[in-house]
Amino acid sequence: MSNRVLTILIPIISVLLGLIVGAIVMSVSGFNPIEGYGALIKGAVGDSFYLGETIRQITPYIFAGLAVAFAFRTGLFNIGVEGQLLVGWTASVWVGLAFDLPKIIHLPMAVLAGALAGALWAFIPGILKARLRVHEVIVTIMMNYIALHFVNYLIRYVISDEQNTTERVPESASLKSPLLETLTDYSTLHYGIFLALAGAIVFWVILEKTTSGFELRSVGLNQHASEYAGMNVNRNIVLSMVISGAFAGLAGAMEGLGTFGYGFIHDSFSGVGFDGIAVALLGGNIAIGVVLAAALFGILKQGALIMPLESGVPTELVEIVIAIIIFFVASSYIIAYLLRRFKKGAN
Amino acid sequence: MDIVSAFEILVKSMLFASAPLILTALGGVFSERSGVVNIGLEGLMVIGAFAAVVFNLTFASTFGAATPWVALLAAMGIGGLFSLIHAVASITFRANQVVSGVAINFLAVGLGVFLVKAWYGAGQTAKIPVPMYYTQIPILSDIPVIGPMFFNNYLTSYLAIIVAIIAWFVLFKTPFGLRLRSVGEHPLAADTMGINVFKMRYIAVFISGVLGGLGGGVYAQTISQDFSGGTITGQGFIALAAVIFGKWHPLGAMGAALFFGLAQSLAIIGGSFPLLSDVPNWALLSAPYILTILALAGFIGRADAPKAIGTPYIKGKR
Amino acid sequence: MDYVIEMLNIRKEFPGIVANDNITLQLKKGEIHALLGENGAGKSTLMNVLFGLYQPEQGEIKVKGKKVHITNPNVANELGIGMVHQHFMLVESFTITENIVLGIEPKKGLTIDMKKAEKEVQAISDRYGLRVDATAKISDISVGMQQRVEILKTLYRGAEMLIFDEPTAVLTPQEINELTQIFRTLIKEGKSIILITHKLKEIIEVCDRVTVIRKGVGIDTVDVEGTTPNELASLMVGREVLFNTKKTPAQPKETVLDIAKLNVKDSRGVMSVKDLDLTVRAGEIVGIAGVDGNGQSELIEAITGLKKSSSGSIKLNGKELSSLKPRKITESGVGHIPQDRHKHGLVLDFSIGDNMLLQTYYQSPYSKRSMLNNREINKQAKKLIAEFDVRTPSEWTEARALSGGNQQKAIIGREVDRNPDVLIAAQPTRGLDVGAIEFIHQRLIDQRDKGKAVLLLSFELDEIINVSDRIAVIYEGSIVAIVDPKETTEQELGLLMAGSKRKEAGEDTHV
Repeated sequence: MSNRVLTILIPIISVLLGLIVGAIVMSVSGFNPIEGYGALIKGAVGDSFYLGETIRQITPYIFAGLAVAFAFRTGLFNIGVEGQLLVGWTASVWVGLAFDLPKIIHLPMAVLAGALAGALWAFIPGILKARLRVHEVIVTIMMNYIALHFVNYLIRYVISDEQNTTERVPESASLKSPLLETLTDYSTLHYGIFLALAGAIVFWVILEKTTSGFELRSVGLNQHASEYAGMNVNRNIVLSMVISGAFAGLAGAMEGLGTFGYGFIHDSFSGVGFDGIAVALLGGNIAIGVVLAAALFGILKQGALIMPLESGVPTELVEIVIAIIIFFVASSYIIAYLLRRFKKGAN
Repeated sequence: MDIVSAFEILVKSMLFASAPLILTALGGVFSERSGVVNIGLEGLMVIGAFAAVVFNLTFASTFGAATPWVALLAAMGIGGLFSLIHAVASITFRANQVVSGVAINFLAVGLGVFLVKAWYGAGQTAKIPVPMYYTQIPILSDIPVIGPMFFNNYLTSYLAIIVAIIAWFVLFKTPFGLRLRSVGEHPLAADTMGINVFKMRYIAVFISGVLGGLGGGVYAQTISQDFSGGTITGQGFIALAAVIFGKWHPLGAMGAALFFGLAQSLAIIGGSFPLLSDVPNWALLSAPYILTILALAGFIGRADAPKAIGTPYIKGKR
Repeated sequence: MDYVIEMLNIRKEFPGIVANDNITLQLKKGEIHALLGENGAGKSTLMNVLFGLYQPEQGEIKVKGKKVHITNPNVANELGIGMVHQHFMLVESFTITENIVLGIEPKKGLTIDMKKAEKEVQAISDRYGLRVDATAKISDISVGMQQRVEILKTLYRGAEMLIFDEPTAVLTPQEINELTQIFRTLIKEGKSIILITHKLKEIIEVCDRVTVIRKGVGIDTVDVEGTTPNELASLMVGREVLFNTKKTPAQPKETVLDIAKLNVKDSRGVMSVKDLDLTVRAGEIVGIAGVDGNGQSELIEAITGLKKSSSGSIKLNGKELSSLKPRKITESGVGHIPQDRHKHGLVLDFSIGDNMLLQTYYQSPYSKRSMLNNREINKQAKKLIAEFDVRTPSEWTEARALSGGNQQKAIIGREVDRNPDVLIAAQPTRGLDVGAIEFIHQRLIDQRDKGKAVLLLSFELDEIINVSDRIAVIYEGSIVAIVDPKETTEQELGLLMAGSKRKEAGEDTHV
């Protein structure tokens, strides 16, 4: 069985196994899995309002997934998307509130501020990895919590006047779209989805079409050969983290300028950054895969909200399903092994 | 508030806040010393907290005053079983250990809250009927100044310190500990010496589940006293930071966890101390994380991870 | 006859290759028995079969006359077989004693009786003259002492038969002398030894008998007394010359690569290239002959910029290379076919086409204004694939999916096409089949005939003799002789490589 077939089969099998485990969990706890999943699908795509909410949910997932995937492609594990997202969110809102400019300048500026803040936050683990060989996994985890506390401080004492939330960003810096809202029965769908899809294209162009992308991929796959070929491995490590962080920051800007339109004190993480790990893994770390996986997770997450009302199944079923999917994607070795055995047996 | 009583409150809240961190960090030390990264400590605490609260709610009438302690045993058992998922994925299935740990964290919150909703019909349980309380240690607690400070605390704080000493003894004084550490440093060498690398790693991850579950159980029955999706928010990652800041040594991890507990306490009551009132709150809350990064970068002594950490052992591959 | 170990007609296969075919090795009590063969001849495989790491497909093993099944290293240990691995199996952060008792720790109650363990270790160490400090940490001791710890590990477990896998590869000459003494002591104490090696000098000095294997097949077992290094050398490399590459005499011109007084440290910080002088002229192929581990890798890494040299100069057409980064060196006109094609030569998960542009992707026309020009890249890849006869379904195929020979052709295409002034080929034919080998040899000669300089590193003597115009023999980091391939023999080279005969540089050369 070729690798190409396996890279497509493994995510599909993982999703199926995740859904099967979810069905078992529902049955064991006395729910009807068919009703449960029925409600989920209805809640995700059942009418135009739900569909709008689902697409809105997919938006940050695409960016978070691209962030994790970009780092993965260069051989780095960015668990810090959550923190980079928070600083991106806050920076975009801050710029949204601090200036009074025409929309054509203000909105791009606010969005870029989010990307920049995320990039800066990811630069720290990047430079520590490149210069001092400090493992990026631990540093990015720690940076998540620093971001959480730092951002809360900023929102309470700097951006707002000791409030739990900031002011709403003005129209000139908002991603909100009356048109999309009307089309989707007044959901919170905003223009961000177009930015996210554009982000996926940018991701693809950078990695597949540019000279830097060639180097980034090469460093990710074989540092020794890259060094032999005269590439600067350290610079690529930093660059990869910075671009990854920029995607994460954009995920935050989508929330700050679109979904919510303001910043607020977080008791804990949004979860989008961690979900981004699942999105990237399931999407095989390629642009189109990330978009598809983000769509799946957006559907699961959004549909889950309606499950308790319609079928009594708690929302958290979806967390279980996602966790199981991650386990199986991560255990691709054993799935590939079993598939090969199975195929051999069939011949 | 005068300095002495502020200090007393500080010490007590440090011991109070750090007990779950110490226990969970010790779990992390076992797992990582055997070569298995455990990002899943957070999830292990979640599942431990869940198990302890559910047990406490269900069996309070059966066990009476002993309930919280029996509940801790339940938390340890469930934590241990839960950690086996991480073990199977990362040891047998050769999954990326970081990814598997992330999945553990997802699964713990998902499963815990799902079951709470399924069983209790709400996202948050009721307060547990029999929580843990301060215990005055006779005689010692009568010593002026020191007595109330150090000998009028939760028993779990003493438990955590005792477990840390036991963990040190097990890891550094017994054959089991030597073998466990060898597997984390150079599994092929251990294999040629007849040590079953897989078995040792399974045991180590199981221990981390037991201790992580215990840490979560302690947290739930002393600090939160109920369970919801927001019960454990980052304590597992602080424990992970303590593992690293403590340089993968049980007593070091204990010291780091105490220190991080202190930082958390200061963030809450630091305003009473003249010197600290100027330090922004976020810096105190972030102190564990900032210090851990500095330690990893070599600015505060070099923190070297076990050599074979994060790599699955593949038999026959040289 | 009093054999303590008998390996009879052993056959061990791996997917696609037969590593051992019908090999018999019999170890007498109290002897030092050499297992001689070139790199890749199957020595390590055979010993791993004996140590229980591999299971043989055919043949049987007897220990002290009894048939045994050695299913894992524990069984080997129980039978009294101990192995001193080439790559030490030591936990760096542990003490010597901890490493030695690991797995069979003496206990006092619940704890390890470290005092007792240290005493026992020290006692064995003293008895065999191993001179280790039982309480020292592995990370603090020398390589030689680490090896003695490995020996102690086997002795502590009661080993009577000891296998040494290339024990001198990592040792200094002084440490080698000490090891020889330890061998003698071990024999005196009733142990038997199998010594895996490809160094003739060692065999002559310490061994009683020698079993020679070549390309996985057992050739002969002979008494060392009564044999000569020449005879052993020809047994090891084979009498018949395998390849006879056609080539005209070289017409060397000006010096292209000029290395003077070069010193390079290896990864452990030991100076492994010492005051090395070497020149390569336009229109000639210089072959470097030497036993693995005599500084060859470090020399090449220094020339190509992958490793910084400590001192000395490397000049290409008069331009100093030694302080430049790899890319600048490449652009200056150095082509490099790396020793380990999977580690350095290829990004295995890249397409074969991308791999062929690994050195030039950023140059025009393949890249313009930071964007790749995939059309030009594919065109170039296709051209090289055709020109260098790389058998691949397409230029899009992952490099991983190609055979070793085709992977190597791709690398050679990439490096030769840039038309470098000097081409460095490190073990360019390792693990390849005959057809690919001839193709690659021909390409090296073509490059020479185009008036370029070629530096060839190989452990295959027949390759060195057939392809080179001059042979530089490297020993312990220095060039100890320059010989004319038409006037030398494998035997003579073998002796030079073993450091047993030194020619004054210049005496016999065309410099």
